[in-house]
Amino acid sequence: MKKMKLVMVGNGMAGVRTLEELLKIAPDLYEITVFGAEPHPNYNRILLSPVLAGEQTLDEIILNPVSWYEDHQIRLHLGKTVTKIDRVRRQVIAEDGTVAEYDRLLIATGSSPFILPVPGKELDGVIAYRDIADTNTMIAAAEKYQHAVVIGGGLLGLEAANGLMLRGMQVTVVHLNPWLMERQLDDQAGELLRKSLQDRGLRFRMGAQTEALIGGTDGRVLAVRFKDGTEIPADLVVMAAGIRPNTTLAESAGLHCHRGVVVTDTLQTVTDPRIYAVGECAAHRGVAYGLVAPLFEQGKVCANHLAQFGIGRYLGSQTSTKLKVTGIDLFSAGDFMGGDGTEEIVMSDPFAGVYKKLVIKEDRLVGACLYGDTVDGSWYFKLLREGRKISDIRDKLMFGESNIGDVGHQGHNKAAAMADTDEVCGCNGVNKGAICKAIKDKGLFTLEEVRKHTKASASCGSCTGLVEQLLMFTAGGDYSATPKKKAVCGCTDMSHQEVRDAIVAEHLVRLSDVYDRLNWKTPNGCATCRPALNYYLISSWPKEAVDDPQSRFINERSHANIQKDGTYSVVPRMWGGETTADELRRIANAVDKYKIPTVKVTGGQRIDLLGVKKEDLVNVWRDIGMPSGHAYAKALRTVKTCVGSEWCRMGTQDSTQMGKDLEKAMWRMYAPHKVKYAVSGCPRNCAEAGIKDVGIIGVDSGWEMYIAGNGGIKTEVAHFFTKLKTAEEVLEYTGAFMQLYRKEGWYLERTVHYVSRVGLDHVKKRILDDHEGRKALWAELQYALDGEPDPWFEFTKAQVDLRQFDALPALPVPGATTATAPADVVSAATATVTALDGQVVRETL
Amino acid sequence: MSSWITICAVSEIPVLGARRVTRAKGPEVALFRTSDDQVFALLDRCPHKAGPLSQGIVFGQAVACPLHNWTIALGSGCAREPDEGSTPVFRVRVEAGQVMLDRNELDSIAVDLPPVKAGPCTRVSC
Repeated sequence: MKKMKLVMVGNGMAGVRTLEELLKIAPDLYEITVFGAEPHPNYNRILLSPVLAGEQTLDEIILNPVSWYEDHQIRLHLGKTVTKIDRVRRQVIAEDGTVAEYDRLLIATGSSPFILPVPGKELDGVIAYRDIADTNTMIAAAEKYQHAVVIGGGLLGLEAANGLMLRGMQVTVVHLNPWLMERQLDDQAGELLRKSLQDRGLRFRMGAQTEALIGGTDGRVLAVRFKDGTEIPADLVVMAAGIRPNTTLAESAGLHCHRGVVVTDTLQTVTDPRIYAVGECAAHRGVAYGLVAPLFEQGKVCANHLAQFGIGRYLGSQTSTKLKVTGIDLFSAGDFMGGDGTEEIVMSDPFAGVYKKLVIKEDRLVGACLYGDTVDGSWYFKLLREGRKISDIRDKLMFGESNIGDVGHQGHNKAAAMADTDEVCGCNGVNKGAICKAIKDKGLFTLEEVRKHTKASASCGSCTGLVEQLLMFTAGGDYSATPKKKAVCGCTDMSHQEVRDAIVAEHLVRLSDVYDRLNWKTPNGCATCRPALNYYLISSWPKEAVDDPQSRFINERSHANIQKDGTYSVVPRMWGGETTADELRRIANAVDKYKIPTVKVTGGQRIDLLGVKKEDLVNVWRDIGMPSGHAYAKALRTVKTCVGSEWCRMGTQDSTQMGKDLEKAMWRMYAPHKVKYAVSGCPRNCAEAGIKDVGIIGVDSGWEMYIAGNGGIKTEVAHFFTKLKTAEEVLEYTGAFMQLYRKEGWYLERTVHYVSRVGLDHVKKRILDDHEGRKALWAELQYALDGEPDPWFEFTKAQVDLRQFDALPALPVPGATTATAPADVVSAATATVTALDGQVVRETL
Repeated sequence: MSSWITICAVSEIPVLGARRVTRAKGPEVALFRTSDDQVFALLDRCPHKAGPLSQGIVFGQAVACPLHNWTIALGSGCAREPDEGSTPVFRVRVEAGQVMLDRNELDSIAVDLPPVKAGPCTRVSC
């Protein structure tokens, strides 16, 4: 098939990112031609400031070298400005007469600096700050001249001023507004910033209006004159008073433009569906974005439509800002000015140079402005995008994420203050230096990319915040913004919630239905989405959806925990942590018989046998003769208990029996993640019920119920939920809460994260206030668990494929010339295999 | 010269699953079956930390290692970018529904790799 022709006008970050996304999903669909007005391949425009400041070189900020274009067979026209689009002939024509035909056209012309219409603007030494050429002009000027004036005290202007100052010039910043960066900061933070920059040597003319630029006899600028008649000397004037979308070309082609090239949610121009626009030149729902994160989101959606997949819409972005001036920490996002209907929490310490303002509206964080201490910027930004209610953490909000429980990283959570050798990710042993190097060298933009390349935060995830901060400090705040809606994995653009909703709404009961109906991009998913989908199916449609063992992680397929050497561990269930001499004897015999190297008592009051060979698993289960402990599964694991009133002189309730009853009622219960309960017989709480998914504490008058505690990565004390009178009530309320979590929790989301996402109020409403609803949930759970098999004994029913426990011997075919193995080995390998239900299953045990 | 020996029927490998094959010497070989019944054979060791690939989740033409989730391509044995490394590939022949491996390869590829160790034997004091 003949390839279609795609032409891109503009060779900047947004456009090239769109091509990268397109090549990833449809590498052979288009013959691609790119026109770039600059003589350089795609480079990282955001890093021009560090180049100007002498902290990086031009070579270091190239994102796609010319060889990249060659490797992907992209025809690249550098230094050619496109002057005309002929929509009838479907051609673009460049200044030098080069013509390219297109089937699809992508406009990514970016923006141009706004040049103040003052006399003298065309003088030598008057420039904008936008590209490599401007940067080089500034660097050259700094070597020859002394006085620089930067017009505009916004993000770009201040970065330019800082760079010129570092190169030895005396720099004055002229700003029309009373405070700096008024689009990103409030007056207080703006003033702190000005003081800090003034201390570094910058000069300021605030509230000053430029009237004219005065030239010398040589045609070069000499001074800047203000409305009040005063003048200051200037050998170099940098205009940084804002940018305007580059729409001249689009307008000349008759495309509708208003604050940019107007595009739909699919990034197609409203005028001509063959023509797309992304980046700073595009106006989406009236907004032209100037930060890179939203532009990359646009690129992804645009690529999807160019690839003719037709999925995904761009719905607009929230943005945050960070100033890339080394040593100045500043962050803002959302509605940081506040106003009617908003509440503000403010912390101000002008002497230490710290100012923080959080703006809250209707119990949600809607804006943040931080100066001097921006460690929690990414966390606030996350809260802002998620729009989560904050009443439960409001009193600690100002003090940051580390104050709401994260033992793993308390004490050293200031990414900027860390040394390069300090470890960031304890799971994968990745230090700060390695992460920053990868971000710089490989041009990483998102958390996902950092995870892929460095493995940092890819395991337990507790250092995610820290990695996001590093991303922010190294690459600028605008990079780090992970999209509000997170896709399950690369196989789909849908989020966990959307997938589950569709499974329920469309009554999907098979994985293949999910792939078909929800337009999965891969034929049979991947190791990330398959276990999640399988869980959503069986939890949404119990007794109807069929479990797929091949879509479960190995531990849930072999019903044991895989160890680093490929052996397994076995943890039998001990109801409520109680055992008997007989059970212990059987365990001891099995340890001897199967030469199990390690026997360990677990934290959950059970016994762990480590180093069991896979081929011994079935025999070990049989010999021990105890139920599966599900220590390997996203399911109910242990119910930890204290001795309670049976023996304890302090005990007020029979906690052991309560624990056993809970465990017997709910074992074999699969859940989004592992689930642990504990029951204590008195408030001394020896069973440590305060850090369990459900904790029950006996008091004289009954039981107290606590939920959503966690003793793992993120130590979280459980919330007091309710007080109950009888053991029956404990079963009902616990079961109902669990069923709610099973239905609403996302796969791999622990109860602590689930409850913090939906809010404790929501759970209380469903379980405590809605009596009928609670009873219905408890009944649903009992229905789902009724008849569930013990996978260690009921193999067929639990779909345990027993073939996995036997290895196949490599034996020569009869008559082959190579050595033969004894015939009895053949029969031994097949003797235990019988056909059952069309599936080969060994059912001898 | 190839000398093909029959290991098992294709149907004895679970769809999107794997079986292990023991050899006279050396680590086991993993046989994988894709959703369209193609069969692949790799050394049953991940290039990362020698995890048993036969125990991983099979999807498309790849397997995710059960230990640290590296994705290994079934055809080439190579780890998916940005991870680096590869595991030896064994040639597979399927005839009349029977899966065959080359005896010469079984006897020669990666036969001298030491077994992976875990447990008390790895303690310094032992």
